[in-house]
Amino acid sequence: MTSIITRRRLTFGAAAASTLPILGRGASAQAPLGVGFIYVGPIGDHGYSWTHDQGRLALEKEYGAKVKTSFIENVAEGPDAARALRQLAQAGNQLIFATSFGFMNPTIQVAKQFPKIKFEHATGYMRAENVATYDARFYEGRAVIGTIAGHMSKTGQAGYVASFPIPEVVMGINAFHLAARKVNPNFKTKVVWCSTWYDPAKEADAAKALIDQGADMITQHTDSPAPLQAAEQRGVYAFGQASDMRSFAPKAHLSAIVDDWSGYYIKRVKEVMDGSWKSGAVWGGIKDGFVKLAPYNDAVTPEARKAADEVTQAIASGKLHPFTGELKDQKGEVRVKAGETATDEMLSKMDWYVDGIQA
Amino acid sequence: MTTAMLVSILMTLIAASTPLLLAALGELVAEKAGVLNLGVEGMMLCGAVAGFAVAFSSGSTALGLVAALLAGVAAAMIFAVLALSLGANQVATGLALTIFGIGASSLIGAGFVGRTVQRLGPVFPAALSEHPVLRVVFGQDILVYLSLALVAGVAYVLRRTRAGLILRAVGENDASAHAIGYPVIAIRYAAVAFGGALAGLGGAYFSLALTPMWADRLTAGRGWIALALVVFSAWKPGRLLLGAYLFGAVMTLELQAKAAGVAWLAPEVLAMAPYLATIAVLTMMSLGRKTGRLDAPACLGKPFSAS
Amino acid sequence: MLEWRRRREPSTPMLWLSPLIAIGLTMLAGMLVFTAMGYDGFHAVGSIFVTPFAEPQRWADIGVKAAPLVLIALGLAIGFRANVWNIGAEGQYVMGAIAGTGVALATYDMSGWWILPAMALAGILGGMAWAAIPALLRVKLQVSEILTSLMLTYVAVQFLFFLVRGPWKDPDGFNFPQTRMFTADQTLPTIMEGSLVHIGIPVALLLAVIAWLLMEKTTAGYAVKVVGLAPAAARHGGFSAARTTWATMLLSGGLAGLAGLFEAAGPFGQLTPQFPVGYGFTAIIVAFLGRLSPLGIIFGGLVLAGTYVGGEIAQSTVRLPQAATGLFQAMLLFMLLATDVLVRWRIVWKRRAA
Repeated sequence: MTSIITRRRLTFGAAAASTLPILGRGASAQAPLGVGFIYVGPIGDHGYSWTHDQGRLALEKEYGAKVKTSFIENVAEGPDAARALRQLAQAGNQLIFATSFGFMNPTIQVAKQFPKIKFEHATGYMRAENVATYDARFYEGRAVIGTIAGHMSKTGQAGYVASFPIPEVVMGINAFHLAARKVNPNFKTKVVWCSTWYDPAKEADAAKALIDQGADMITQHTDSPAPLQAAEQRGVYAFGQASDMRSFAPKAHLSAIVDDWSGYYIKRVKEVMDGSWKSGAVWGGIKDGFVKLAPYNDAVTPEARKAADEVTQAIASGKLHPFTGELKDQKGEVRVKAGETATDEMLSKMDWYVDGIQA
Repeated sequence: MTTAMLVSILMTLIAASTPLLLAALGELVAEKAGVLNLGVEGMMLCGAVAGFAVAFSSGSTALGLVAALLAGVAAAMIFAVLALSLGANQVATGLALTIFGIGASSLIGAGFVGRTVQRLGPVFPAALSEHPVLRVVFGQDILVYLSLALVAGVAYVLRRTRAGLILRAVGENDASAHAIGYPVIAIRYAAVAFGGALAGLGGAYFSLALTPMWADRLTAGRGWIALALVVFSAWKPGRLLLGAYLFGAVMTLELQAKAAGVAWLAPEVLAMAPYLATIAVLTMMSLGRKTGRLDAPACLGKPFSAS
Repeated sequence: MLEWRRRREPSTPMLWLSPLIAIGLTMLAGMLVFTAMGYDGFHAVGSIFVTPFAEPQRWADIGVKAAPLVLIALGLAIGFRANVWNIGAEGQYVMGAIAGTGVALATYDMSGWWILPAMALAGILGGMAWAAIPALLRVKLQVSEILTSLMLTYVAVQFLFFLVRGPWKDPDGFNFPQTRMFTADQTLPTIMEGSLVHIGIPVALLLAVIAWLLMEKTTAGYAVKVVGLAPAAARHGGFSAARTTWATMLLSGGLAGLAGLFEAAGPFGQLTPQFPVGYGFTAIIVAFLGRLSPLGIIFGGLVLAGTYVGGEIAQSTVRLPQAATGLFQAMLLFMLLATDVLVRWRIVWKRRAA
């Protein structure tokens, strides 16, 4: 039955690469580079895993027959991930992206068994000779939508539909709130923890509860477009998550933080191809093209547009850091001194909220 | 709390309770006939995806609802053939049906991810349905009214009619029912089909009313809560209504309390609550009875074979 | 014309043939369905059902996946034989892991050979304690264990969430909801250095053989079967239904708890919110695939574990979506339940006459 696999690989090569040289003649340099991905969700989630798959598709578009991509979706975080990674490694992939935090230990473990294969782990903190990490500074995007919310909110209140209080989510809430407060010093941000990444009906109900409490801006750090739909139904504004979600809420959708992994994936594949790939940690933001803003809705006022563009540019040019002191937490303790900015290490462990946030 | 807020909370509560009520009511009827179908979640997902696919393709939400109903029945028929005609174990068949529903809905729905449809709208004209206060009563969609009417209908049929008596007889003592000449298997088929139809509609309530879209596992485990509710209700439609709305209220008020900044129980404790409450109710019901017999249909989960 | 005839006695050949027929029919149906949906059905079925067993490097993966399924299914099957329907093994599995992890966290700065056995014991007791609740309710109050054990599964899972997000959160874990990694003394040893095959796999096999001996060669096993098949006769024979309920519930809870501990101390090495992956439910399928017989369950566990491993192969080779794996598993069980009819009935050709 191994023949199935070999035959499979041949057909794949033939289908993907009509330029593939006839067997036996081709130099190995011309064989397509195998690039594998594992996703925590289904690519049909239209959220986090979907954005990574868009990155994979961008690779195929960029390199055509020079790459052969494959992926395994809905991989449970834990031992199943190790097995999926091994499967991709044994199938001849030379670069493998593990796209969720919970794949960290399995990635390190499998990478040890396959020292010649390069691994990339998203959002983690453990690295090795052949394991690099990459992450996006989503908080930069949150600062931009916070600016828009500060300008557009009439009630001065935003509702934040959140998943779990891990640093990634906490820093997003803080960045959003700080930016909105810069525009409106009395701005309030209320958070509802859903204790799930994905439960559309619950996410929608959380948004409705926040709207009932006076929020007229809804933003979220959960995976489904349901909060946007709730905002559309109730006639308030909202921001998309992970991808442009305009189609779900044409009126409510002011903009969205768009995850764009394609630039990084294209770059890293290139480096493997020319042999310059090295392990390391990349935390890319707006400047690096990891984080983008979806086109503004027509409802966004010229004033808000201008302010949002300015914030975007200032962050991109390095003139503005969303976490610039003085920052106090809810108890009034100074966490970042005036004139200083939060270090990456502080951000990656963040477990406190800026005053004015109700979380 | 302002009136507007109260109205709004009630609207959310009703919407959250309706799919649970629909699915649980269907299961109640099936269980009354002595059939334990653990495939509610799977049937709901089949209904959700079929409803969305048809509503999206045809542009008609009404057609979507019909499709959801039929998809629920179709899924239930897989169960019925195996568990009723072939006498397969009901627990295993029901679990397989749920696994099937998750997989099948995901495959069918793959082409509809990222799309949206017109939300299922209110029944009554805008003058009533958009009234600031009266909309609690008149601003609901067809499935809300249907679910309430069905509770009354099922309660009436079960308690007051001959059909209900036969259904209960089949669930309580299939051998005697058969001896008297009732077609046990056929009656169970009908009850399971009814359960599938309502589960399908309950599923479509997610993809057409609550969050008009399709995404994998859209119902996020509500089918299991529906199963718990049936037990919680002690197989009584009136109490099922109470249970479903109680559960909807807890879910809604939890989020409201959080949004209002009120310290509340740990979310995990709240998530356990319906299941613990169900076990508590079961226990208390049994303690309250000298006979030690529950209201559970005596033949629940047992296969029947005429020969 | 064809006619169904009820067999006087269940057919033994059919009892063992029907799983094979079911697998064959599933492969055939899968091929047709996925070809019709535009996938490479032939290779999809090959990847799921054949490749995992044909490639030796996958065997360790299959063993790791099958071990918890076999352990849990063993206990469940014995219960099912006695008409005790514990479908909450998932909850007992989780509680076993929680109890064992409690020991691990308490002995975090200690070392010694005794730690792992203590964790295993805690795991067994944790699973038993969780199974004792439905057992008590059934024996004392006649409450259906199907419903209570299922409800308790959700309680156990939420309790796990509570622990890993709250009191048991790793203090050095960047606030992520998970416990510390277990130390070397708290981790299941592997059979060979660098291999995936942990000690839980031979233990599962050994327990399957013991369960088989128990069921086939002892009075206790006979009692279980009699209570299940003929409760009235069992009473006359002096076999207590209550005692059988207790024994089978505690046995299945203990085995599920042990499986949970093995999974936590083996492949996971910690507790995370992703720990419950539904083994308790999948094990029900395994129990049925194995005809509720301990030796058959080994076979059932391997087949089902193979579909998981093969599902991933099919994803990365023929791009079959992950949902298809679930569909295959459901079809397999549907086919098995359907072909079961051949055990009790036979088809005869009858000439239309009279």
